[in-house]
This record gives sequence, structure tokens and C-alpha cells, in this order.
Amino acid sequence: MKQIEGSRAIAETVALCRPEVICAYPITPQTHIVEALSEIVKAGELDPCAFINVESEFAALSVAIGASAAGSRAYTATASQGLLYMTEALYNAAGLGLPIVMTLGTRAIGAPINIWNDHSDAMALRDAGWIQLFAESNQEAADLHVTAFRLAEELSVPVMVCVDGFILTHAFEPVDIATQADVDAFLPPFVPREVLDPADPITIGALVGPEAFTEVKVLAHQRMRRAIDRIPALASEFAARFGRTSGALVRSYRTLEADTVVVALGSVSGTIQEVVDAMRDEGQAVGSVSVVTFRPFPFAAVRQALKHALRVVVIEKNLAIGMRGVLAADVREALGVEAPPVHTVIAGLGGRGITSTSLHRVIGEAHTGTLELEHFLDLDRPTVVRATAKELSR
Amino acid sequence: MSAEQPIKFYQTGTFTVGNRLLSLEKRTVQASIGRSNALTSGHRACQGCGEALGARYVLDAAMRATKGRLVAVNATGCLEVFSTPYPESAWQVAWLHSLFGNAAAVASGVAAAFRMKGSDVRVLAQGGDGGTMDIGFGCLSGMFERNDDVLYVCYDNEAYMNTGVQRSSATPAGARTSTTPAVGGDPGNGFGTGKNLPVLAMAHGIPYVATASVADLHDLEAKVERAMAVHGARYLHVHVPCPLGWGSDPAKTIQVARLAVESGLFPLFEAEHGDVVRSTPIRRRVAVDSYLRLQTRFAHLLDGSVAGAEAIARIQVIADKNVARYGLAFTETDVELP
Repeated sequence: MKQIEGSRAIAETVALCRPEVICAYPITPQTHIVEALSEIVKAGELDPCAFINVESEFAALSVAIGASAAGSRAYTATASQGLLYMTEALYNAAGLGLPIVMTLGTRAIGAPINIWNDHSDAMALRDAGWIQLFAESNQEAADLHVTAFRLAEELSVPVMVCVDGFILTHAFEPVDIATQADVDAFLPPFVPREVLDPADPITIGALVGPEAFTEVKVLAHQRMRRAIDRIPALASEFAARFGRTSGALVRSYRTLEADTVVVALGSVSGTIQEVVDAMRDEGQAVGSVSVVTFRPFPFAAVRQALKHALRVVVIEKNLAIGMRGVLAADVREALGVEAPPVHTVIAGLGGRGITSTSLHRVIGEAHTGTLELEHFLDLDRPTVVRATAKELSR
Repeated sequence: MSAEQPIKFYQTGTFTVGNRLLSLEKRTVQASIGRSNALTSGHRACQGCGEALGARYVLDAAMRATKGRLVAVNATGCLEVFSTPYPESAWQVAWLHSLFGNAAAVASGVAAAFRMKGSDVRVLAQGGDGGTMDIGFGCLSGMFERNDDVLYVCYDNEAYMNTGVQRSSATPAGARTSTTPAVGGDPGNGFGTGKNLPVLAMAHGIPYVATASVADLHDLEAKVERAMAVHGARYLHVHVPCPLGWGSDPAKTIQVARLAVESGLFPLFEAEHGDVVRSTPIRRRVAVDSYLRLQTRFAHLLDGSVAGAEAIARIQVIADKNVARYGLAFTETDVELP
């Protein structure tokens, strides 16, 4: 165990995965990860590995695409605007089936510009064809990268490890960094599905017309859905070797006989679990479910985890403007027509703290049936009312 | 059968494929049956496509220079579309297409991967003027300044031909495109716009920058060979007429390309580490209108109007400036002795 910053734990673990090409463009709060990796590479501790400083996130992922297509294990990291600037390349990497692993230090998207944590970035690119795993703690953030490379390379699907910006990336926690021997035993060398090789020249990235485009997309869909089976299997294998789990579809906490179940992604799950404990002590039948694998969405696992819930409260750090919360919509889809009420609680946007006091109140309201279906946690309502009146008076 | 075929009487005098009057080592790679045919026949380029011709010569020359140890990265554009309609591919070289604007960065990644593997495989990236000079310029500049071991080849046909002849930053002044129509007081593409990418490449101080034309395929091949003889970032800008977009006769692609060179509108030169080291003097200088009149994209300037004549005079000034700037004026000392 080391008392270590989340970013450093991620960087050291990524290095243990022996990437051959790392490229990055700096963006808060991803910077500490790539700074640490540049130091590891420059010190010769990860050899052979090229660390490439590029001129944009679009280039960062493009360099990774080239490296991966040439048969190298490739890694990059980004956040927020950087992820959006990569958008075209994200779809391309997935479409070409390149098993790139990327850390996303989740952060809000402007305008207004904001460097703090929420999940707007990850949600915006949820349909780009990348597997998305959300870390609850720094231990999990580090370990998920080992699983991510294995999963990506087995399936030829890129993986995004979503780590809450600042809350995890900049927090110091005790983390058990894996040993090189254990990582090498868990993660075999990268054998690409197809590769650029002058001895066996192939064309990668051809133009596909209406006669075959759907089939190509269905195959990608199936490959991605295969992760639903592989993630629990890899979690077991990881546990057997490392003595702790890494990755899951969902993780339930005290959901047995819980009438109200709270669903969330990422680091806020820890706070939610504390609130669940407190409310259980008060005799309220509440539990929580943390969604670790967001893409592919684990419909069956979510349905199973929520099957006894009389009401569901989704705490989510994103707002799909003009719609609601993205996670709540997916949870409703998983629950089907017989679904209990699913409340959307939009919380923590742009880094606003999600306190146990506020969670306690909102979960309590849901439990007693007084919570509306769309709720904004700790909203400064007078300000909104005043600004609305001003807008409407123009 | 020998790799080099003997000359037949009726083949003498040709400027194009083979040129079998030359000694073996001076012949183009296309004269050899040992050529790689990296871009092979059967692709879907238009008749008289300058880009297809240029790409074929560039790739085969690069394949010869690297003894076949080459990977090509292609930007989105005509070259990519006409060569790879799934399930067909015209490429007999390991070939990767990712996006429109990222070919240079993808090539950097491929080069890094091979370097890490200790491999001798070299990387060539290619794209049109739009993919290179406009949407791909950021990635290209990044590849240049990092001095990554990539030869980037731009096939410049002076507009977005794949999407229907829209203006790019390579479109010459006065030219009509589908987004710079020949209407109004200043018809066609405006004067004083556009960018000189070879000069911008030179400003990065990279080891090698050259311009070439499909009018002189020997020169084009020689520049590819010189580019492959050095490591680091290299840039080759090839002028390739587009009969469809330029409104020129598909049978006259070489002639049009040659007139661009001979008028001084497309200067041929080489630069090393930011300085011009060689340029090709124009032996038979022609006025710009002899080049312009073979292309309907300039037809509105040649209608006998005063405005048209003024525009042609301004284009002539551009050509004259190139001649002075790159030392293209022919002198007796430029005569090459056999």
C-alpha cells in the first residue's frame, strides 16, 4: 500500500501494462497522469515506449490510432473539451476495432467554461463505440486499467476508463500498486486482430457503402456486447491473482429488501454508501447500486440489481439539456414497462459538492414519496427564478 | 525475362512511362517489371486523373527506395475513395485510412510503433490539398515540428474535388470553383488569399521539402528517392491537374501540368532544413494565359473583357514573382551537358 495521488497510481499502473506508444495533449485534470508517465518513460523505466507530445487531443488519439494499427499497445488520456475535440477520432478508433485504452478525467463541458468534475464529457461520447468503465476509488481507477487493456485486446474494442476529475485524480489515498509479474501474468502481449505489415499488405479503413455498412455496425455492436460476459469473468480472474476485484457490471450495496435503491456512477458511490448506512441505522430500507460498466449498458445486471426496488433514485452528474439525465433513461430502459418510479437527481454539475446531508435529504424524500421525478440537488432556486423572470421580461 | 525491357523503335522519344532511351539507372521505376504497382489498375479515378498518376509514381518510387518496407497512410479524399470501395482495394502496399484531417498524426503513430519495435519499416502519408493544407494542417504542423520520420505527400489539385470542386486554400486566384463562382465584380477565387504550404513546411526547419509535378515524372521520382534517403519529417508537394475540377481535357493532363511549371505558376524546387537548395529553371518560359486557356475554370477571365485581362495580368505578376523568388530564370549555365 502506498499513500499516493490518484493520477500517479493510474500512471504507474498504466506503465505496468507496458504500452509502447503514449501520446497526450495537456488538459486539466488529466495532466498529472501524463506528466507522471512522461517521467517514467524518460527515466527508461518503461522501455521500449515512445512518449509523444502532440498539438491537440485530435492528434493524440490519431497518433494512438496509427500506433495501434501498426501493432503497438497504445494509450492516451484526456478530459472534457479534449474528449470532444477527439470525437471524430473516437468513432474512428472504435470503427477500426483498435484496442486503445484511454483515461478520461471526467470534467464538465463549457460554456460556461468549467474545469471541475461532472460526467458531461463521458456521456456526450457514450455512443462512440468505446467500452466505458467508471472507477469508484483510486484503487479501482488504477486496477481498471489492467482490466481495460486485457478487455480491449480480447475484443478489439477501445476502452475508456472514466475517473472523476480532481475527486479521484488529485486525491491522495492508500493504493496497492500491482506488481509487474502479476500484471504480466494477467495481461499477455498484444496480438492485433489485423496489422499494417509490408510482408502481408492489407487495406485498413476502406470505404463501405450501404450494402455492407449495417453489417459492419452490427458486428461492432456484438463485439461490444460480448464485454457483458467478459467483464465478470475478468473480474474473477483478477481477484484470483491480485486478491481484490477489478471491474464489474454493477455493484450492489445493501439492496437486500431495500425499497428505495439509489443508482450512480463513479466516486459519488462512496458517499451514497455512507448515507445508506446512516439511513439503515435509522430503520429506512434503502440500498445503492453502482454502475461500473456504463457502455455496454448492462441491462440484465441493472434489472437484477433493482428487481425488488419499489422506487429508484438515479444520482447523476450530467444533464441532457431538453431531456433529463442520461443514466436514468438507460435505467428505465433496463427496467422495462413494469418499472417502478425512477427519479432523476441531477447533482454535482461543474464540480458542485455532493454532500451526505443533501443526499440524505433527497433519498429520504424519495423514500417517503415526496420527491419529484426531476430534481436538481442543492439548486439555488431564487437565482433561477430571478434570472428566468429577467429573461422572460425581455 | 529480364526486369528491364529493351527499347523498341516506336517507343523512342517519349517523355512518359519508361523513357527507355535513358541508361538503366536513370529510368523510371515504371519501366521495370519489378515495380511494386503499389496503386494498381482497376481503381475508379476519372480519366486523366493527375492524382492517380502522381500517387502511382510516388508510391512505386518509395517502395523501390525502401525495398518494399513501406506503410502508407491516406487522408480522406479522392485518392482514398477511388482506390478502396469495399470489398475492393487498389493498394498493393500496407495501407491505412483513418480520417480527413489526421493522416500526418496517424503516420506519426505508425512510425513510432515501428521505431519501438526496432523495425526498418518506413512511413509515407498522403492526402489532397484540402486534407493537407486546410483540415489536416494542425496535425501536419505537429508532425513537422516533432520531426517524426514520415514523408508526407500532398497531391495538390487546388480544390475539394471529391466533394464537387469547392474552394480550398490551394485554389489559385481567379479560379472558378463551386464555392467561388464566376459571378460578380471579382469573379472566381479572390486575389490575395491562400497559402504557400511548401514555404510553411520549410519554416519548420525540417530536413527536406520539395515541389514536383506530374509533368516531370523523373524529377518526381528523384525527389521521392531523395526524401526517402533521409530520416525525419519530409514534405513533397505534387501538382496534379484534375480534368473534372479544372475543366481541362483528360488527354492533356501532362500538358496542363507542364504549362503550370513553364509559366512559373508552379515552381519546382527543393529545400533542406529551411533553405532552398535547388530549383528547376524554366527552359521555355510561357505566358500564364497559355496555361489558363486550357481550363474552363479560368474561362471567365478569357472572355476578352477588361476585367478579365486585368486578372490575367495579376496572375502573370504571381508567376513573375515565383520566377524571381525561386531563381527559375534560365541561363546558359543551366544547360545540362550529357
